[in-house]
Amino acid sequence: MVARIQVPKEAKRGELIAVRIAIQHPMETGFRFDHSGKPIPKNVVNTLTCSYGGVEIFRAEMGSGISANPYLQFYTRATASGELVFEWVDDAGERGSERVAITVTG
Amino acid sequence: MRRRVFALIAAGLSFAAMAAERPVAGVTPVAMELPIPQSMPLRMQRPIPPAALKQGSAFTSEANRALQADEFANPGMLWVTRGEKLWNEPAGSAGKSCAACHGDAAQSMKGAATRYPRIDPGAARLVNLSERINLCRERNQAAAPYQPESDELLGLSAFVTYQSRGLPMNVTIDPQNARDFERGRDRFYRRMGQMNLACAQCHDRNWDRTLLFEKISQGHPTGFPIYRQEWQTMGSLQRRLRACYSGLRAQMPEYGARELVELELFLAWRANGLPIEAPAVRR
Ligand code: HEC
Ligand code: HEC
Repeated sequence: MVARIQVPKEAKRGELIAVRIAIQHPMETGFRFDHSGKPIPKNVVNTLTCSYGGVEIFRAEMGSGISANPYLQFYTRATASGELVFEWVDDAGERGSERVAITVTG
Repeated sequence: MRRRVFALIAAGLSFAAMAAERPVAGVTPVAMELPIPQSMPLRMQRPIPPAALKQGSAFTSEANRALQADEFANPGMLWVTRGEKLWNEPAGSAGKSCAACHGDAAQSMKGAATRYPRIDPGAARLVNLSERINLCRERNQAAAPYQPESDELLGLSAFVTYQSRGLPMNVTIDPQNARDFERGRDRFYRRMGQMNLACAQCHDRNWDRTLLFEKISQGHPTGFPIYRQEWQTMGSLQRRLRACYSGLRAQMPEYGARELVELELFLAWRANGLPIEAPAVRR
């Protein structure tokens, strides 16, 4: 699964930083039918987590109401240099993960 | 007359409004053929003068334009990212990546999209950019071509086209592609489908007017592939063209049909000078 993540490379200690993530996913609602009338099984990215320095700082649980290719943004405080680790999984069990490093100064 | 009435009823409301065109000085009424001579000289006048060209995004909402302009939030960028990954991955029995031959796409592919569709010397026919990419898959990677509208093909074509963002369309019409060009132009001005409308009636004459809840644009190819909210995914120019055929209740050509590539060439020439804005976002 392709994802794009945006985290500032550097930040000052205590600074509020924006974290943005977009995941390429059809987010199949489970309410649609294919051309032969068979229901298309629901398949959405149901859980996304982000941890920073080993501590979970963000979790999203998503359902049928989220559009395809979900795009999420949240804020966190830069505390120390380290890694933000993003992990997500869809209903079909497919997993994705990305890591982004941040340097915190001051 | 009976046929037209039937067509309008069959088509319901959607495009019926267009049959009653805005009266334009010097334009023939609807039921007659369009006043476009069948054999125009090659260096004919551009239907929309270069100074009046407008991007497709100019006809979308402010929120839509903001989403397109945001390099991160623009959902089309996910396909650009996917294309970039594929660019660097070895594939096929040749085990070569695109990068193995073409190196840094920012240099080797800069401007490429502005010159397509063009005649490919090896294939000796007119090809669009996606077809050109698939030719490299087959010839140079010894891999199976990607399916039309697959995320892979859309990804690579979005990635390659992205290297030309901001550069003006620049196709040339020469004796080699003149026949294709003329067929594309004829198609653009010929009425079709139960709605009995030509592309030109919407995109040359009625742009900036509203059809149902959408503003009609000038119909340029510069934003493609596009992310369309209605599709919830990325789509090629051919997908969009097929949607217009379908709106006219006309027989939709298959993906890859010569008719569509010829139309693409005409559209590219018609947009010459207009910068590439792909990946664009549409309603
Ligand atoms: C009844 C009016 C109508 C006709 C006729 C029509 N279209 Fe369209 N077309 C639309 C509408 C509405 C849209 C979506 C809004 C927009 O972008 O213009 C559209 C979109 C497009 C776009 C995408 C523009 C963009 O920037 O996203 C292209 C290209 C296009 N049409 C080409 C054609 C071609 C080629 C034909 C003839 C085969 C054609 N259209 C016939 C109404 C029409
Ligand atoms: C073995 C080398 C090789 C590989 C691998 C290769 N190409 Fe090519 N490509 C070429 C050559 C050579 C040309 C010039 C046209 C020709 O003679 O076929 C070309 C032409 C092109 C063009 C047309 C450029 C223009 O300016 O008109 C595009 C686009 C392209 N390649 C994309 C790709 C993509 C995308 C991939 C990976 C899926 C790829 N190529 C893989 C050798 C390669």
